[in-house]
Amino acid sequence: MSVGAAKIPVVVTEVVEVNSLIKRFRFVREDGGQMPGFSGGAHTVVEMDDAGTRRLNPYSLMSDPGDRSGYEISVRRDDTGRGGSAYMHREVRPGMKMLISPPVNLFGLDLRAKKHLMIAGGIGITPFLAQMAQLDAMGARFELHYAARDRELGAYMPELSARYGDRVHRYYDAEGQAIDLTTLLAGQPLGTHLYVCGPKGMIGWVLKTAADLGWPAGAVHSEEFLAPPVGVPFTVELAASGKTITVGAAQSLLEAIEAAGVDAPYLCRGGACGQCETHVIACEGEIEHNDHWLTDDQKAGCRHIMPCVSRFKGAKLVLER
Amino acid sequence: MSLDDFFHDETFFGDYTFKNSPRAIKRFPFPFPEDDYMYSVNMEPHVPGRPGSVFEHTFDVDEHYVAEMRDRARVLRDDPLRCQSLPHMTLAGWDLLELIMESFARDYPQWFSLTKNGNQWHWINRPLNIDQKFTFLDESTLPYGPMEYITRQAQGDFTLQDQRNDNLWIEAGMVTTQADWSLDFDIGMSFHEWHAPVPKAHEMGVFDRALKFLLQLQHGAPVRRFNWTMTVDPLLDTSPENYPKWGPGKTTLTKENIGQRQHLRVELQTLFRLPRSNAIAFPIRCYLCSFEDLVTQPKWARRLHRVVRDLPDELATYKGFIRNRPLMVDYLSQFDDGAPTSPGWWPDE
Ligand code: HEM
Ligand code: FES
Repeated sequence: MSVGAAKIPVVVTEVVEVNSLIKRFRFVREDGGQMPGFSGGAHTVVEMDDAGTRRLNPYSLMSDPGDRSGYEISVRRDDTGRGGSAYMHREVRPGMKMLISPPVNLFGLDLRAKKHLMIAGGIGITPFLAQMAQLDAMGARFELHYAARDRELGAYMPELSARYGDRVHRYYDAEGQAIDLTTLLAGQPLGTHLYVCGPKGMIGWVLKTAADLGWPAGAVHSEEFLAPPVGVPFTVELAASGKTITVGAAQSLLEAIEAAGVDAPYLCRGGACGQCETHVIACEGEIEHNDHWLTDDQKAGCRHIMPCVSRFKGAKLVLER
Repeated sequence: MSLDDFFHDETFFGDYTFKNSPRAIKRFPFPFPEDDYMYSVNMEPHVPGRPGSVFEHTFDVDEHYVAEMRDRARVLRDDPLRCQSLPHMTLAGWDLLELIMESFARDYPQWFSLTKNGNQWHWINRPLNIDQKFTFLDESTLPYGPMEYITRQAQGDFTLQDQRNDNLWIEAGMVTTQADWSLDFDIGMSFHEWHAPVPKAHEMGVFDRALKFLLQLQHGAPVRRFNWTMTVDPLLDTSPENYPKWGPGKTTLTKENIGQRQHLRVELQTLFRLPRSNAIAFPIRCYLCSFEDLVTQPKWARRLHRVVRDLPDELATYKGFIRNRPLMVDYLSQFDDGAPTSPGWWPDE
């Protein structure tokens, strides 16, 4: 169970094919009421019943935070993944009832910023869509640099340019265009905050370039949701509940714990928030730490694991759960 | 009952005509679930509680409402710095205004009403005689900023914390009923900085764990906790700014007047994640009850005696009553026959 707020029963009202890889979904409340307000950068966790397997995937809210009539998300199909995005693409259609979590924001705007500089790669555009709508309504200053593989996959690019004009800069890998990051970061006014969301490589590149140019860490914000990786099945003992469970290849440890009927905390299910942190009582083997939460020392110590994304290889793993 | 019969006409300074009705005494949020007290990460979900209790609604509006709002206006007149909001906190102020208006109108329809037509809102506050039409998110349509506007109409202090860099920053507030701390001094500080004066709790890891929890706080899942201290005379504004006016009063407590003048001061603190700003609102609602009213509940009398008697010196010093502790223990001991107390804080029926 997640800490706190009750899930929201919703109905899917729209499914739009944005391009060959991305679909957009709109949810409204089943009871016809208003959605909770949210802040740009927030995500929701969508619950799926995939032929008996319960999947819970986080997706950034992309709709205007000022619009409380519904929420929208965009889902990129990952054919090598565990099946959550494939399920959304294959099964979810208008009229379907689903459960989603109330919004949680792990990628909030710093409202003190004099200017918001946003760097997006591919599907990483989604949180910025909501943030730009919010900033635009507040009359705040922002600028987006958005890179995609090619014109076809540059979701929402024309709409963004139409709405925000020269505040939006587009780059297509296939046409040899790339963000000139060093020049861009060197030329920003004092009080600028930098935000990046996209593939791992891009985030690392932006964070490193900013650090090298002397940007203070507090002015740089990133979000990367990790999809729990597919792996080799493994067995885990849950000491507090006295159960031994097997984690399937396309299942996360957290999902396996939940499937065994054991309550475990979570928020982001993407290795970012820290909520699912669990003590390791015994470990004969190697934990594959896939999270952004634990420090390197903690990862080396084998005393903690983040079950939403991390896996195990070895003879024996005992958790305090 | 008419408005005037329910809401007291009373003062929290000067002649101190504040008084709890028998009903208010019975529902007083006595903060000790056990016979001893130490700091802990004492937070629980802020869900509606027993009917009639201070937990029945999201915000408790009680018989002291009108008089407390008058007292707040008086304090602000003398010292406008009790209400401050850094520029980036305005959105959080609107979030707070919405939370309070929606809660009041839902929970007390006889006193408050809110009608909305898009962003055109109409707010009616009958006890304070306010009828206001305004545009949500447009500051120019209200007589004050959104936080100041609504907290002039809501009991208790309020602070707003921005969240960034894995910390909380106290960057707005309305603080006129505080237990000896200053918004003007604390504004802009981080969670551990503003808690720096608290003894023992840092070493116990209370603040590390509390902060970690709060950073994850979810919209729609508020939590609550209690804090408490001691105040001589029913003075809401025990501020460091005015210490010279109230501090010396502690030296005039006697065996004869302690029952009437010594008050247990309880803060019901709630924490809400705000939707648009992602800030955290921290309402700090203060309840006062005189010793002589408290001892009308035998369980509370026994327990308060034991807690005050056994409290570590560091805490009694920090809370500002180490000097008068012997007098308090002496008074309360008359009501403690040593019998066991039942668990939890509710009075015995
Ligand atoms: C985020 C909202 C919070 C704010 C704005 C806040 C503010 C304060 C302030 C201003 C003080 C007085 C410090 C002084 O002496 O100058 C205080 C005391 C204290 N706070 Fe907090 N606090 C918050 C949340 C919490 C939480 C969640 C805990 C949970 C453990 C906590 C535990 C304490 C304790 C134990 C004290 C000492 C109180 C006493 O003994 O009288 N606070 N707080
Ligand atoms: S649930 Fe957020 S880190 Fe695991």
